[in-house]
Amino acid sequence: MPTDQDPIHTSSGSAPARPQSPADLFLTFTVLALQGFGGVLAVAQRELVDRKQWLTREEFIESYSLAQLLPGPNVVNLSLMLGDRFFGLRGALSALAGMLTMPLVIVIVLAAFYNQFAGHAAIAGALRGMGAVSAGLMIAMACRLLPTLRANPMGPLWCALFAGLAIALVAVLHLPLLWVVPMLGVAGWCVARIAIAAEERNR
Amino acid sequence: MSEAFVLADLPEFFLRFLTLSLLSIGGAMATAPEMHRYLVREQGWLDESGFTTAVALAQAAPGPNVLFVPVLGYQVAGLVGAAAALVGILLPSTLLSLAVSRWGSRRRDTPAVRAFTSGLAPMTIGLLFVAGWVLALPFVREPDHRLGGIGLIALTIAVMLKTRLGPIWLILAGGLVGALGAV
Repeated sequence: MPTDQDPIHTSSGSAPARPQSPADLFLTFTVLALQGFGGVLAVAQRELVDRKQWLTREEFIESYSLAQLLPGPNVVNLSLMLGDRFFGLRGALSALAGMLTMPLVIVIVLAAFYNQFAGHAAIAGALRGMGAVSAGLMIAMACRLLPTLRANPMGPLWCALFAGLAIALVAVLHLPLLWVVPMLGVAGWCVARIAIAAEERNR
Repeated sequence: MSEAFVLADLPEFFLRFLTLSLLSIGGAMATAPEMHRYLVREQGWLDESGFTTAVALAQAAPGPNVLFVPVLGYQVAGLVGAAAALVGILLPSTLLSLAVSRWGSRRRDTPAVRAFTSGLAPMTIGLLFVAGWVLALPFVREPDHRLGGIGLIALTIAVMLKTRLGPIWLILAGGLVGALGAV
């Protein structure tokens, strides 16, 4: 693991590394799912983009934009797409199995023994501590993905507008994602489509 | 009002989750109210606390939050219920996601698909900030946990932005600090 390298390197173009086999995918997704207390997404970004470099930040955002638009759990869709991209259906299923198998076993065992540990103060405290860390992981991930917008054809003003609107509509007005995502998605698509057409005319 | 779950209910139970799968835009949690209506109010297979426990357990345990669905299934009908609920909630959305992402990556360089990826990126990043904010909110709201919680969140952000440390070390440290009562 290189530690002397600048961690905030700007990655563009294609990713420098790839998984060696579907088994590699299965193991990697198992490891990252098991670190996902309070959400797997931030851990996935850290492991797949920053550390393993199987994906650039741009590719991560692209895949996640699509994953959240489709029905199904976002991180599950994301793991399917990434697995599929490297090894086709086998890869998709390996990544999916890695994401779900061990956590499923753990959560079912917890459900079976729930009454014996519920209400234990140290356990509640530990969960709270891990919850705070997962909030920090999420915010840090959003910060690290922010520079990918620099290359966006819509330009900084539109980008700020759409990001700001998403934050305002969901965090302040509490509108359901089911409305916000299609609404801003269609508007964003139109603006980007016009920007790309203008870009191509100027070329 | 309610009868106990019998094996003959399984096909209908499975079918219900298959349908919910295609409605779960934004994640399986989006369909939680509908599952609550079906399992608790309509069929009476689960009580309120059973439902809440399933959601809380899945959030506390490692892994994707969709795992509250097999826990609901487990509470209704044991391991068979867990399997039916999980396969049901994932199968249709999985097939659709694979089909759409393959379609999209074949046309990755066309203006329409490029407009999709660049047009949605700012919103996606905005929503990630919101997700972080929602996770941080319990610590901001509760005076008892505010200082330790916000401190831990800030420390996590700093470490993530400045180093290449794996997240597991921070999660373990957070768990330890929390178990000692400091958060």
